[in-house]
Order: sequence, then structure tokens, then C-alpha cells
Amino acid sequence: MNLLTSTSCDFSEPQNEHIELHRKRHGYRLDHHERKRKKEGREAHERSHKARKMIGLKAKLYHKQRHAEKIQMKKTIKMHEQRKTKQKNDEKTPQGAVPAYLLDREGQSRAKVLSNMIKQKRKEKAGKWEVPLPKVRAQGETEVLKVIRTGKRQKKAWKRMITLQFFHCFVPLGFSFHFLYCFSLYNGLRFKKAHVTHPELKATFCLPILGVKKNPSSPLYTSLGVITKGTVLEVNVSELGLVTQGGKVIWGKYAQVTNNPENDGCINAVLLV
Amino acid sequence: MNSMSGDVERLLIQFRDEAGQTLGSPFDVPLDITPEKLQLVCNALLQKDEPVPLAFFINEAEVLSSLGACVQTLGLDTEQVLPVVYQPQAVFRVRAVARCTSSLQGHAEAVISVAFSPTGKYLASGSGDTTVRFWDLTTETPHHTARGHTHWVLSIAWSPDSRKLASGCKNSQDCSVRIWDTVLGRCDKILTGHTQSVTCVKWGGDGLLYTSSQDRTIKVWRAKDGVQCRTLQGHAHWVNTLALSTDYVLRTGAFEPATATVNPQDLTGSLEELKEKALQRYTKVRGQEPERLVSGSDDFTLFLWKPAEDKKPVARLTGHQALVNEVLFSPDTRLLASASFDKSIKIWDGRTGKYITSLRGHVGSVYQVSWSADSRLLVSGSSDSTLKVWDVKTGKLSADLPGHADEVFAVDWSPDGQRVASGGKDKCLRIWRR
Repeated sequence: MNLLTSTSCDFSEPQNEHIELHRKRHGYRLDHHERKRKKEGREAHERSHKARKMIGLKAKLYHKQRHAEKIQMKKTIKMHEQRKTKQKNDEKTPQGAVPAYLLDREGQSRAKVLSNMIKQKRKEKAGKWEVPLPKVRAQGETEVLKVIRTGKRQKKAWKRMITLQFFHCFVPLGFSFHFLYCFSLYNGLRFKKAHVTHPELKATFCLPILGVKKNPSSPLYTSLGVITKGTVLEVNVSELGLVTQGGKVIWGKYAQVTNNPENDGCINAVLLV
Repeated sequence: MNSMSGDVERLLIQFRDEAGQTLGSPFDVPLDITPEKLQLVCNALLQKDEPVPLAFFINEAEVLSSLGACVQTLGLDTEQVLPVVYQPQAVFRVRAVARCTSSLQGHAEAVISVAFSPTGKYLASGSGDTTVRFWDLTTETPHHTARGHTHWVLSIAWSPDSRKLASGCKNSQDCSVRIWDTVLGRCDKILTGHTQSVTCVKWGGDGLLYTSSQDRTIKVWRAKDGVQCRTLQGHAHWVNTLALSTDYVLRTGAFEPATATVNPQDLTGSLEELKEKALQRYTKVRGQEPERLVSGSDDFTLFLWKPAEDKKPVARLTGHQALVNEVLFSPDTRLLASASFDKSIKIWDGRTGKYITSLRGHVGSVYQVSWSADSRLLVSGSSDSTLKVWDVKTGKLSADLPGHADEVFAVDWSPDGQRVASGGKDKCLRIWRR
């Protein structure tokens, strides 16, 4: 004999399987399905009755929630309707006309051949760059090079300590007498390649770095070739096959670093078109 | 017979034409004879009114500096009679285009197909904005816009009498081929048989129709009743393009490029006269052998077929490292050019399919190529937005034509050799001249 009723109202579901277990062992009530069906049929009326009779804060909350639900329902109904009816095609033909030999081919290989029609942003004033990350915290020289006092009376202040713990830098080939070369052997990691993303095509390539153009944190970093977030690098883009209007092949472009290389261990950059 | 008369060895040569027929009797010539002198001798034997420029080949190797050098490199025996094959070159010479004379705007979307009329008088271009535009070449301005298509105009083709233009748009991508009656304007026959979309259709000169499809086969149909004659199988991937050896002569019809003038003229004469002239030109170019067909595919290879004779290919041309986008026979049918997405163009012998040379220089996939009317120059358009003109004999770049802002989708060289038209993704059509 089933003394428990089926749970189909506002109560949350039972937390254990005792109901299902009972159903498996003893089956359903004889009129269970009928009652369930009729109860569900009444639900709309009960709901509307409650909505009309509710007052106070409770009502406000309920109405707000219900309004949001109704909006969602209307959207899905509209979507389904659109699918069922066959709309007359728009007058406009789709963009991206391609010749017959390119018809069934994906645009994958297109990512490798970048479009030259992406307009170049003009440099407004001399020295002012429009870059994706314009604001990078600038570090003064005193921050970068911490003064270490030495001597018996701690008066001599000529020694400096670099406050970078772990940094990435680009050292050009054959630059062995630079002090950063020696320093980077201990503390730094030399990087030759960067993962560069093209902003419009959303395709990423691994391109060799040609040099560090500017590190906005400090001019000292620029001269040392240290790569941090916001650094503008010059990368070798010959594998992309870009050509200028005059027919010359482009092989170097600027890219700006978007991650913190000292945390991630790799250099991610976005190409500046 | 080696006779040491003077200080120079002599040997016997026998002139032979491409089909193998001998010309005259064996000749005694000194070893250091140059191609120019050979030309004089041969022309005298041919007894034509005007001397024709000729190229000489011994065993497929061209005689460039002197006969002796060629014989030495080949290591041939000088005691026997040496057969020397002569090939008449085009009498006229097309000059390489060097500058862009105009950039014709007007299309609202990318220009997808470009075609000169058979005499080179008119130019038509089809584009993604569903229109076909006609351009006036003397003033290089727009002439007329033809509307009516509902989707991108993928291909256009002129009739040989320059009276009609056929154009196809993207809407019908089923697997059947339809033959239309141009006078009545209705569909005559529907040829079904391919299981995937048809990529290329070519009318042959012998009453045959060739179609290639993405189902890796090429089907040969009889044009009269639409019955399928043969299926040519062998490719491992989509068959992208077809080329017939008699393509150029079928396209130009009764127009002879050698008689072109600076101002292109319409063809004069009644329909019968034009047909007669066209037939004469066709039989001259075709010669004794049946038509040859070349197919290029996504499986990086090309096949050379003789579809009227055999189901098996004559040769398989490998060497490309990416899919082959377009293949074209030269107008004199001796050479074959294949443009591929691996940024190179390969030149093959048109008769045997032997590889001759590669033309490298593009930095992006090569989309289309077009031969000049004298078969000496080749223009290619690529996705790196440049066109390049190549000298086929030396295999070197003749002219680099930058100027397009985006990929170049279609190129065409006018049959009178004066202009090259190119259209691309930047929606403008450029005309290049000398």
C-alpha cells in the first residue's frame, strides 16, 4: 500500500532513492497516472490564481521572476516559429564571394594569407602609439635598480641590484659582451619565439622575434631587451605571405605582449595591424 | 660520314616535323651550325612564302647555341643520320605587359571571373554582386551592366563569334550537366551520372563533351545524343580542373591572333565562312592525333589522357606539393602549365607529360594562369595580390605586376596579345598593357 503521494508540487525532490525503490518493489497506485495528469492540467489555473492573489514583497519578487521567465519563453517560441516557416531569402546575397575553385574549401588556409585590406591605423602624433594595452605601470629606475649600501659604515652606495626575479628577455645574436647576457644566464630566460595572434582573423602563429622595440615599464628595460607585459616587439611575419601594394614582401611587423611572461613561461602577443 | 673538310666536323641530319614525317633528304652540315642557319635551311626546304621562326630539337633537347654543343651533351653518335625535329613557332611575338593602365571600379563585390571576347575587342567580368559587367576597352570605362542572376556569378564564357556570353551563378550546385539551346533559350539535355558536384565542363572539337566532378571521375559524353562514352578514373581526390589541347583554338574560333591589329575588330563574314575558317584552324592545331585532355586534382597530381582512344591515362604528372588549381595547354599545344596552391607553377611537355621546369616567385597560392597567344609568355595571378609574367623558354620572371589590394581571383590575356585583365577580391578590375 503506497502511503506516500508522488511529489509533483513545489517541494524539492526527495534526497534519497526510497521513493524509486518503493515504486520498483510495489509499483504505482492504480490511479497514479490519471491523477498526475489532472494535477498538471490544473497547474496553470493554480498558478494564475496565486499570481492574482499574492500581495506584498512576496508578490513583487514573484512577479519579477515570472516576467523574466515569460520573456525567455517568448524568445524560444519565436525561434521555433522561424525555423518552421521558410522565409523568403533576403535580397542581399551573402558576403564573401569566392570563385568556383574556392567554393567548398574552408577558410583555414585563408588564415595563413592575411588580407591586405585591413586598414592601417594612422599614427596621429609623433611618438604616440595606439596599442591594445596603453596603460602599463611604469617603473622608475630606482625601483628597477635597488641601491645596496656597502662599506664598513654602510655609506658607499654605488652598488645596484636588479629587482627582477625571473624575467624574459630577447638578446640578439652575437651580443655576448652585454651585461644582460651574463645576467640572463643566471636569472633570465632567453626567448626567440612568440605566439602572435592576428586580432581580426583570430588565428595564432608562432613567429620568431626580431627585437624589442619598446618596453613601456622603463627605458632601461627597452635597452636591455627585457620582455614584460605591454612590451612592443618586432616579429618576423614572412611565413604569413603579406605583400605591400608596391609588390614588396613584408617580413617584419610590430606586436604587443599581452600576458605576463614571467608567470606563464611563454610570450603571447597580439599583432599590431 | 665524317669528312674532315676544313677544321670542322660535319654530320648528316634529317629534318623531321613533330608528327614524324621527314622533310627532304639527309643534309650534310658542319657541327658548329647555329639555330639561325638551321632555320634558313629548313625554311628553304619548306618553301613557304615567308620565313617562319623555328625551334629545333634533338631527342627532346633544344638546340640553343650550336648543333655541336647539343650533340656533345647528349653523347650521340655522329656517324649515323641524326633526326632533327623542327617546330614552327608563332610568327608574331607578344610583348610582356608591364604597367597597369587602369583600375576599373564598379563592382560592389569581389570580381570572380574575367574573360576577353575571342577577338579581344570586348571584356566581360562576373562578380559576387550578381552582375556581369561589360567594359569598353578603348576608353577603359564601363560599358554595360547585365543583371539577372540571383547569386555570385562564378563563370563566364564567350561564344566564338563574340555575339553571346554565357554565365553561370552559384545557385545550381546539383550533380547534373545541362545543355542549353542558345537560340531558343531552353534546356536541351540533362546529363546525369556524377555523384557529386560537377567542377568543370569542356566542349571538345570532335563532338565530345568532357565533365569533371568532385566524385574523382571524368566523364566523356557524346554531345549529339548525350550518351556517356567513357568514365576516366584514377584520381584520388576531387578533380578540380580540365584542359583540352585544342582549348585555345576552340575559344578563338575564326580569329587568327597573327592577324590582330592594334584596334581589335569584329569578325567579318557570314556564318559559313567563319565556321570554315574555324574548322581549318582547328584541324591545323590538332594535327593527326586525337585531342589530349589534362585533369588537375586535389590529390596534387595531374593526369594526361587521350579520351577518344583509351580509358587509361597516358601519363601521371606528379611533383606538386599542394592541390592543383588550374591547368592550361599553351595555344600551340606543346606545353602545359599547372598552377597550384604550393605557390609554384610547373611547365610540362604537352605531348608526353614530361616535366620541364618550375616557375617560383609567388608567396601565396597561385590561383589562375593565362597564356599569351604566341605561347611564349605566361601570366599568373595569386592570392598574394600580385600578378607575374613569366618567360616560358627561360623559365624566368619577366615582369612583376603588383597593384591589387587583395587576392587576385581571375586573369585573362586577350587573344590579340595586347592586354591582360585581372580581377580580385578588392572589387576592382585592372587592365595591364605594355
